[in-house]
Amino acid sequence: MLETHLRKRLEHQEILLMTHIVLGYPSFEDCYRIVEAMVAGGVDLMELQIPFSEPIADGPVILMANQQALAAGATVARCLEFADRVCREFPIPFLFMSYYNILFKFGVDAFAAAMADRGVRGAIVPDLPPEEGADYLAAMDRRELAPIFIYSPNTRPERLARIATVARGFVYCVARKGVTGADTRFSAHLEDYLRRCRAATALPLAVGFGVKDRSDVEFLTGKGDIAVIGTQTIRIIETQGIGAVTPFIRGLRP
Amino acid sequence: MNDRGYYSGFGGMFIPEILSTTFDQLIAAFRAARSDPAFWREYEAIMSTYSCRPTPLTFAENLTRHFGGARIYVKREDLNHTGAHKANNVMGQGLLVKRMGKTRVIAETGAGQHGVATATMAAKFGFECTIYMGEVDVERQRPNVFWMERLGAKVVAVRTGTRILKDAINEAFRDWVTNMDSTHYVLGTACGPHPFPEMVTYFQSIIGREARRQILEREGKLPVRVYACVGGGSNAMGLFSGFLDDPVQLVGVEAAGRGLASGAHAVRLSSPDASVGVAQGYKTYFLQNRDGQMKETHSVAAGLDYVGVSPILSQFKEIGRARFEAATDREVVDALAFTIRKEGLIPALESAHAFVQAFKEAPLLDPADAIIINQSGRGDKDIFTVADAFGDPAWQQFIIDKAERYRA
Ligand SMILES: Cc1ncc(COP(=O)(O)O)c(C=O)c1O
Repeated sequence: MLETHLRKRLEHQEILLMTHIVLGYPSFEDCYRIVEAMVAGGVDLMELQIPFSEPIADGPVILMANQQALAAGATVARCLEFADRVCREFPIPFLFMSYYNILFKFGVDAFAAAMADRGVRGAIVPDLPPEEGADYLAAMDRRELAPIFIYSPNTRPERLARIATVARGFVYCVARKGVTGADTRFSAHLEDYLRRCRAATALPLAVGFGVKDRSDVEFLTGKGDIAVIGTQTIRIIETQGIGAVTPFIRGLRP
Repeated sequence: MNDRGYYSGFGGMFIPEILSTTFDQLIAAFRAARSDPAFWREYEAIMSTYSCRPTPLTFAENLTRHFGGARIYVKREDLNHTGAHKANNVMGQGLLVKRMGKTRVIAETGAGQHGVATATMAAKFGFECTIYMGEVDVERQRPNVFWMERLGAKVVAVRTGTRILKDAINEAFRDWVTNMDSTHYVLGTACGPHPFPEMVTYFQSIIGREARRQILEREGKLPVRVYACVGGGSNAMGLFSGFLDDPVQLVGVEAAGRGLASGAHAVRLSSPDASVGVAQGYKTYFLQNRDGQMKETHSVAAGLDYVGVSPILSQFKEIGRARFEAATDREVVDALAFTIRKEGLIPALESAHAFVQAFKEAPLLDPADAIIINQSGRGDKDIFTVADAFGDPAWQQFIIDKAERYRA
């Protein structure tokens, strides 16, 4: 199970690193090389985003990546093929990230089956709150896949507790309001919020939105269990090329 | 919160976690307002003094004589301040914003009507205002951008996706997830996550309440059919609301654009190109491909050019409570030209879709029966599009001369 795997890693690392790529952007071939580079840099787990035409929770950088991937012909079938390959070839857990319509149109149960077949360990679906996800939860549970749910700074305490009862693997704590990509202030405020998250669930905590360098990861060490680097790696690739990925990931932790 | 706004399985609240508290607050504020009789009175008072409610129900004598069938009545939502039914929803939500103590409003707009209405409401109530509008629509409806800016709104041209209404909605959501503490998102149609479909329908129901009373006064009986164009579905839901418990056929007319076979249309409820999906926070019929990616849509009427549709109308389709038809761009332009000449009414291109279907059916109905067409907005705002559709050479020359003068 994903949680057990993460716990084991946490015995050797104070904080784990999770990265995010948009499948098919800039191309599936490049995505493969990016995964390779990230694993070489020591990343502990990865989110593979299946592009969607209406990614409402994503900011301009990831939004554009979604659009370009689709324009270049990315399909769900192609994304599943890609996942199949990387799950077989790399020794880290992979998760899918996408919007609910992708699962819904595929068939929620069929989607979970396809994930299990290919060795994908869990999924993050930001527009699917647990209240709307009964089918999804059942399908994921049947195959011991982790439905990753989200905490936000304005989630009320009773809701934090309720989400904890259905979440598996880890909980994704959104560091601030807004969409992906904008800056986050790593402050006492954030620390306080993460303390509330910690109190609400026994699952490991991932912290994402605006994590971009070593000092951010350092700040999160001891407060969260997984630092999520999303938009920043896309920016690095866009400005410095895939060759810059491994050193960038390596440089995030001492 | 148990009630998540489902209508025969359509609707729901597929929202990012960051908005859950905001939606809880909105639902609570809406419920409180709705159960307070003073709120509806305040709403009616403002609509009758700041806008022109009740709007008239016009007997279209010449059209009736021409078609030789049912007696044709036109509900005049074009006579609202700002020129469309959009004002009903916007003023209602504005009163709710005051109750919630927020100070900023944002909105998406397609035709620009909802944007102008929201900017007007913001000016009146003293709210800060940002309007998201697809770049394609900015070009189609430039005069409305001019007015929004004069009204003090910031207009953001959305350059992502297909650069029309759905993309403007996505951008408005992105703003909202950042600024929800100060900001209310004034969604312009009966779509999106709960409580928007119900709330927008509630405010727009003023159309149907009035129309029912007016037709009974005039005809002494109910109409046999009522017609409304369907973009997101708010003017249709508004009119239909008045006749839900009556033996009245509800007819919604979607935009067939360049024809169903062309693929360039926005027909979600009466074409096999649409299927059930979940996007923009709710479950309904969407024009999408097998993977669930939204398709491009087209209509000569920017306000009907949308991939989704009200979950309540999807329910009506499913249970057979309403019938859905479609009108092509060509038919719409012809019906518009005809209505202007025959009756001196200038419907919006959106509204003209409803006229097309009513004109097809009126001759087949009994002359003793009455029908109502919702004229959701006025067409003079569409002058650039309409003039192009009519191919009026004198108008084109005027624009050329005008441009020359600006260049000089
Ligand atoms: C005049 C007019 N009618 C109709 C519509 C379509 O919207 P709805 O279906 O919500 O009434 C619009 C939208 O902009 C409009 O401006």
